[in-house]
Order: sequence, then C-alpha cells, then structure tokens
Amino acid sequence: MAEAGEQPPFLSLEGGRGEGGEETVEGGAAAGVVEPAPPSAVFPVTEEPAGDAKKKIYLLLKAVGDTPIMKTKKWSVERTRTIQGLVDFIKKFLKLMASEQLFIYVNQSFAPSPDQEVGTLYECFGSDGKLVLHYCKSQAWG
Amino acid sequence: MTDDKDVLRDVWFGRIPTCFILYQDEITEREAEPYYLLLPRVSYLTLVTDKVKKHFQKVMRQEDVSEIWFEYEGTPLKWHYPIGLLFDLHASNTALPWNITVHFKNFPERDLLHCHSKDAIEAHFMACIKEADALKHKSQVINEMQKKDHKQLWMGLHNDKFEQFWAINRKLMEYPPEDSGFRYIPFRMYQATTERPFIQKLFRPVAADGQLHTLGDLLKEVCPAAITPEDGEKKNQVMIHGIEPMLETPVQWLSEHMSYPDNFLHIGIIPLPSD
Repeated sequence: MAEAGEQPPFLSLEGGRGEGGEETVEGGAAAGVVEPAPPSAVFPVTEEPAGDAKKKIYLLLKAVGDTPIMKTKKWSVERTRTIQGLVDFIKKFLKLMASEQLFIYVNQSFAPSPDQEVGTLYECFGSDGKLVLHYCKSQAWG
Repeated sequence: MTDDKDVLRDVWFGRIPTCFILYQDEITEREAEPYYLLLPRVSYLTLVTDKVKKHFQKVMRQEDVSEIWFEYEGTPLKWHYPIGLLFDLHASNTALPWNITVHFKNFPERDLLHCHSKDAIEAHFMACIKEADALKHKSQVINEMQKKDHKQLWMGLHNDKFEQFWAINRKLMEYPPEDSGFRYIPFRMYQATTERPFIQKLFRPVAADGQLHTLGDLLKEVCPAAITPEDGEKKNQVMIHGIEPMLETPVQWLSEHMSYPDNFLHIGIIPLPSD
C-alpha cells in the first residue's frame, strides 16, 4: 500500500477544526487537504447516541489499486456512522461520480454491509486505537 | 456429538408459512390473488421469492413494475437479514400465516438495500461468512478454502441443499483440539424496539478461569436490560430460530449448532406482549 511520507494529524469528519491537532472536514474545512470538501460532504447528524456511543473512533483509510488516494488518511468519526455514509463521504471527497462504485473492506478480506456502523466494526476489528479500512473502485477481495 | 447433528437439520429445514399480498395501491389489470409459500428460515427473502414476483407481475402492466420489496405491518423487511430473524423480530407472537405485503413502487431507500440480482445476495452472504471466520479463526479457514468451496457454500444455500452446504461448512465449525472453542463467537443481537441495527462485540466462548461462557453470560455482557431480574417479571424473549434456548447453554455449542448459514448467531430480543 502506497503510504504518503508525511503523516497528517487525524481529521474529523465533522465538527469544527478540532483541538490538539485534530482537523475536521465538516464546517467546510478539509484542512491540510488539497481542496475543501463541499459542505455536502458532511455526514448528516442523526440521533444522539448515549454514553460510549458518543465517543469518536479513528479510521485509517487506505486506497487499493488505481483508486485515488486521500492525502489525509486518518479521520475521526462518530461510532454510529454507517459504511454507506462513509462511502458517500469518500466518493464526494475524491470527486467520484455518483454512479461510480466504491467498495470498503475490513481486514483486507470482507466488505461490511452498507448499513453496518463503523463503531461496531471498530469494536471487533480495530487495533491500536483505530480501524483500518481499505477502499477501492472495483471489487478487490471476494 | 452425533445426536446434535439433528439440530443442524432442524435449523436448516425450519419453514414459515407465509401469505404474500399485493399492496392495495399497486395498479393491476385484474385482481391479484394472494400467494402462499413456505419460506425457509435460513434463507433470504429475495432469494426465494421468484415465484411470488412472477405471480403478481402476471396481473400488472410492465410499466408499473419496478424493484420488488416486502413489508410487514408498515415495517419494510430487510432482504439482507435472514428470513427467520425477520419473522422472530417482527411477527413472532402473531398468528400464522405470516402476512407479507408486496410492493413494486416507492422503494424505501432509507430502510432497505437494493437487490438488483442474486449476485448482491451472494456477495452479502459471503461477506458475512468471511467476517464470521475473521472472528472465529482469524480468517484462516475461509482463506485456505478454494474458490469452488466458497461457491459450494453459496450454492448449498441457493438450492436448499443441506448436505452440499454442510460438507464445506463443517470446516468453518472446527477449532484446534487444544482450544475449547473459537477465538470469538460471531453473534449479532437485535432489538426490535431500537433504531440501532444490532449489537456485535468480541466475546470469547471460554472465560479466563476455563469455564464455558453461556448465553446468559453473553446477555449480561452485551444486553443486561434483556435479562429477567430474579424477583421480576419476564419482559423479553431471547430468541434464536423461533425458540428460546436455555440461558445455561454454552455459546460455543450455540455457535456450532444454531448459527445461520452466514455463520452468525442472530439473536432477537423480543418484548413479550404486555396484555
């Protein structure tokens, strides 16, 4: 996997520009990234989950094959975000056509269903405080 | 464990008598009769309803037909959940047959995934098996299989062939003799009363002291609200394949014998009718 040399800080998929080096996309600030994401790239805020569910998790997004890389790979995201929400975000971020497909894989082995929450996947397949997801414009595994 | 093999058959051949009725607002050229079918619990709605689709399309004009979807008492039914789970969650305490409404219009984008072909079902099914094996064996068993073995799992389900499916699936149910079970138990716990899809966590079949974890231990860990307090009234049923297994049942045994073909234990927490 082609990793960029620099390691940008974690970006948040929503909220303002965070503190302590965390950056955000929502609120119009794809800070440190090539271009600001359009406001439509944000995830809609759904119901407020209670307790632990509120805490964000960290995602590491890696491109597969000839799929464009995201210069920013590390993102913080709410646990209740779904895979579909993430797919929509990446597609807008990469300026892919709505009709183009994007597949997301866990452990470089299985594609979680679009309604699965990233928090649940993090609980089961996260390590070192983050969940690694691979994304690809064509089916990469299985 | 020869006797326990009967359980696998009972689970596989579980059927739900179902009556499909066309939604009243669908436009037909003549009256649409209801269609009756025995639905296999372990399969998926869009995999076993070709005949239902044909039956209703006969009385409809081509231009009034788009993607089929199913609904029960106002709830769109997710085709990517096994049929038995859908029934247990939404209709377990009602009279049979299960009355499902068939729609060809106004696809509920927010609630359902599209299913344009059987390939979508196969992809979903195989992804679940792979996820389950990642939990059970760090993906080692599924990765060592050949493409044709993967195909055999799918075709076994597709064609309702118990022997064909289990000839391969038994490998996914093995574990090293020095262990007392899988690494983690692939399970999903659903509550009909919440919007959240399901609870899924890492849960080991054996406690640190070597004791086998039971269904009760699993509930205590992930959904304590579902447990009946000692002096309290029972409010929920903990249901797998339409029955309530004893809470003393080891989860390893449940995983080997009562998982759906996707290798997950799908556990429904069903509120008891309050009357």
